[in-house]
Amino acid sequence: MADAPQTGKPKVAFYWCASCGGCEEAVVDLAEAILEVVGAVDIAFWPVALDFKRRDVEAMEDGSLAASFINGAVRTTEQAEMAQLLRQKSKLVIAFGACAHLGGIPGLANLWDRESIFRRVYLESPSTDNPDGVLPQVRYEDDGRPLTLPGFFDTVRTLDQVVPVDYYLPGCPPTPNIILQAVRALLRGELPARGSVLAPDQALCEECPRKDSKPERLGLVEFKRPHQVLVDEGTCLLAQGLLCLGPATRAGCGALCVKGNMPCSGCFGPTSRVRDYGGKALSALASIVASNAGEEIVRIFQQIPDPTGTLYRYSLPASLLRRRREVRAA
Amino acid sequence: MRRRVTIDPITRLEGHGKIDIFLDEQGQVERAYFQVPELRGFEKFAEGRPAEEMPQITSRICGVCPTAHHMASTKALDALYQVTPPPAARKIRELVYSTFMTEDHALHFYFLGGPDFVVGPTAPAAERNVLGVIARVGLEVGQRVIAMRRRLRELIALVGGKAVHPVLGLPGGVARRLTPQDQARFQEVAGEAVEFARFTLKLFQDVVLKNSDYVALIRDDAFTHRTYYMGLVDNRNRVNFYDGRIRVTSPEGRELTTFAAADYLDYVAEHVEPWSYVKFCYLKPVGWKGFVDGPDSGIYCVAPLARLNAADGMATPLAQEAYEEFYATLGGKPVHHTLANHWARVIELLYAAERMRELANDPEIIDPVVRTLPTATPRAGVGVVEAPRGTLFHHYETDERGVIQRANLIVATQNNAARIAMSVEKAAKGVLSGRELSEGLLNMVEMAFRAYDPCHACATHSLPGSMPLVLRLRDRQGNVLGLLRRDHDGRVHRT
Ligand code: SF4
Ligand code: SF4
Repeated sequence: MADAPQTGKPKVAFYWCASCGGCEEAVVDLAEAILEVVGAVDIAFWPVALDFKRRDVEAMEDGSLAASFINGAVRTTEQAEMAQLLRQKSKLVIAFGACAHLGGIPGLANLWDRESIFRRVYLESPSTDNPDGVLPQVRYEDDGRPLTLPGFFDTVRTLDQVVPVDYYLPGCPPTPNIILQAVRALLRGELPARGSVLAPDQALCEECPRKDSKPERLGLVEFKRPHQVLVDEGTCLLAQGLLCLGPATRAGCGALCVKGNMPCSGCFGPTSRVRDYGGKALSALASIVASNAGEEIVRIFQQIPDPTGTLYRYSLPASLLRRRREVRAA
Repeated sequence: MRRRVTIDPITRLEGHGKIDIFLDEQGQVERAYFQVPELRGFEKFAEGRPAEEMPQITSRICGVCPTAHHMASTKALDALYQVTPPPAARKIRELVYSTFMTEDHALHFYFLGGPDFVVGPTAPAAERNVLGVIARVGLEVGQRVIAMRRRLRELIALVGGKAVHPVLGLPGGVARRLTPQDQARFQEVAGEAVEFARFTLKLFQDVVLKNSDYVALIRDDAFTHRTYYMGLVDNRNRVNFYDGRIRVTSPEGRELTTFAAADYLDYVAEHVEPWSYVKFCYLKPVGWKGFVDGPDSGIYCVAPLARLNAADGMATPLAQEAYEEFYATLGGKPVHHTLANHWARVIELLYAAERMRELANDPEIIDPVVRTLPTATPRAGVGVVEAPRGTLFHHYETDERGVIQRANLIVATQNNAARIAMSVEKAAKGVLSGRELSEGLLNMVEMAFRAYDPCHACATHSLPGSMPLVLRLRDRQGNVLGLLRRDHDGRVHRT
């Protein structure tokens, strides 16, 4: 950026794709510590706050940004273009948060395609009054006035399916704690091997306050849904029959959901030894169900009403299940 | 020759917004479009998910106001399972909600809306940001805002597990009870929050109301629309963020209707335009008449100003006092001035903090019974709350296992989308028509949507910088005639 102060401090960029803004909130939740970050780097691009003009990024020398932190999945043509542009200008690209890392909750849209999403939203929703079947258009002339919208891809992608990614900060959103550790590691030049996820490489159960009540052998005969039972605040949730994904999930958040007396839903994704989060979660569950009879196993697993949406809550676009389909813009 | 002015991008709720303005040969604004270039499709991918997961899934619609989605969703689950939460659970929900509203409104005032007033709409853009606010009101206040926010967020996490995307809500109650130690913590912070809100109101009075230029700006016709107003009210027609009936008042200030959340489809409809991904809501009984205001047009408004207009008063004493002063100063009800949203927001900040204190002091809130287990077969449920940015509807239909078959969501900004679009157009007409474009005029167009659209909250937390803008002048063939840009440091360049 032409006008960035020439302080010699490393320049970084923040950008958001298809995300909710929670990752930006997490940065702000650094609270007083944000002063440390702002003091150590020049934020050269942050659309929500600073100079967000694309042409200024285009004018930067390639590789002149020390790092770009990009959050959100890639849903539209505009997001894909910005990810490519930032990749070109940055030494490091860091996928920030579950959506950029694994696809996140917006990635659940991959259970459908663009057409069915549009149909539901613009034609079928009970409050929508659209007798002429109008749909948003990438290019539209309103009485001679040309208007454009970004294209909407059929498939949601993770950031590394669009551009090469150097590091990943997991979580929906990443906690202030792991953000700060990552920024410090970056500033000290103490980053691990490229491709690493910047969080502890062990299962969440290891840092869970209920760990001691988790039995060696769980032997579950039934799964319960959180609204069906009164949940004991002290006991391992899995031992209570609740589908806690702690055993399949990477540590780092400090077991926040469990502290709120609810099961972990897996937002930190898998540890480095796992290729497919949902597959790992399923095998973890299979190993704790106390039955060898086929029919009974089927009955037990039928108590999980939405295996795909539950086990791939944050990781459908990154999974082996993701649609293999030509990505095309509207 | 017709000219086109593009403001792209502006920031808004999730990602980007864009404004396209078309000027005629005389330089008069002919038409302006407020476009939302994004969609994620939650209504569709909710299908097949277990209903009890919806409070977590839909909170990912917005990480700035996740608590609002979480709460509307949880209330939709109560309706779906036909279950009433025990009193302590209901109060814990409202306590967390009041804490969230306090935090969110305070931030908007200091970091987003505030700079335009505390520093001044025509002040150099380099100063018109949170640093300028701090320079004006003192570093101590800046630190107080950061610390206050941190403490409020810690309380949300204490009960909800996470501050961003809490996990508190279940049909029939909450996941976790409040201990006496938790209560003491809430009491302490709530007391500080009320003081903080009073201080903020005083600041607003001193800085804005004692300045006749600002008062004139608030009253300016370029920022005025006579529309319907919508907001939740309690059984005495007072503002309520968490619960109640939805009241709609007319541009003349008369009650059009009051309805229960479950009946929303009789009153609210959405219109589609081919040039935006956002749908435009209107009142079904009045109908869609295009982007026009007045009693014949179904366009309505939500969020702080609308809530005050739709209600008869505030349920807490200090907020009620402030409410009366508001209408006395601005010439009675209803107030149609968009920029009065900022003042209304501070009044609501005071209400949220007072309500937080009331609930924190309620002895029943530590009752350990916080769940009623659902037994009925789920079918359909509608939940509504007032998000900081306005009325928020969640509507689910499930099969007998409680798996979502259909979902419909009407979020706050959607309710406001038509009026925001009109406001941008009217401000553009009022301030750009026939004039030499300048940075000050840019900010005036910006102010027209900023009053509604505080989902720039992320931007507002950042330390340096104002909102950068680019204005491109084009002829009808799309050739760029000139470019006006305002940088992060507030400098304006013309090429
Ligand atoms: S399964 Fe869940 S509750 Fe149990 S120890 Fe692991 S993270 Fe904690
Ligand atoms: S407990 Fe699980 S779902 Fe909750 S924040 Fe931690 S990793 Fe994410």
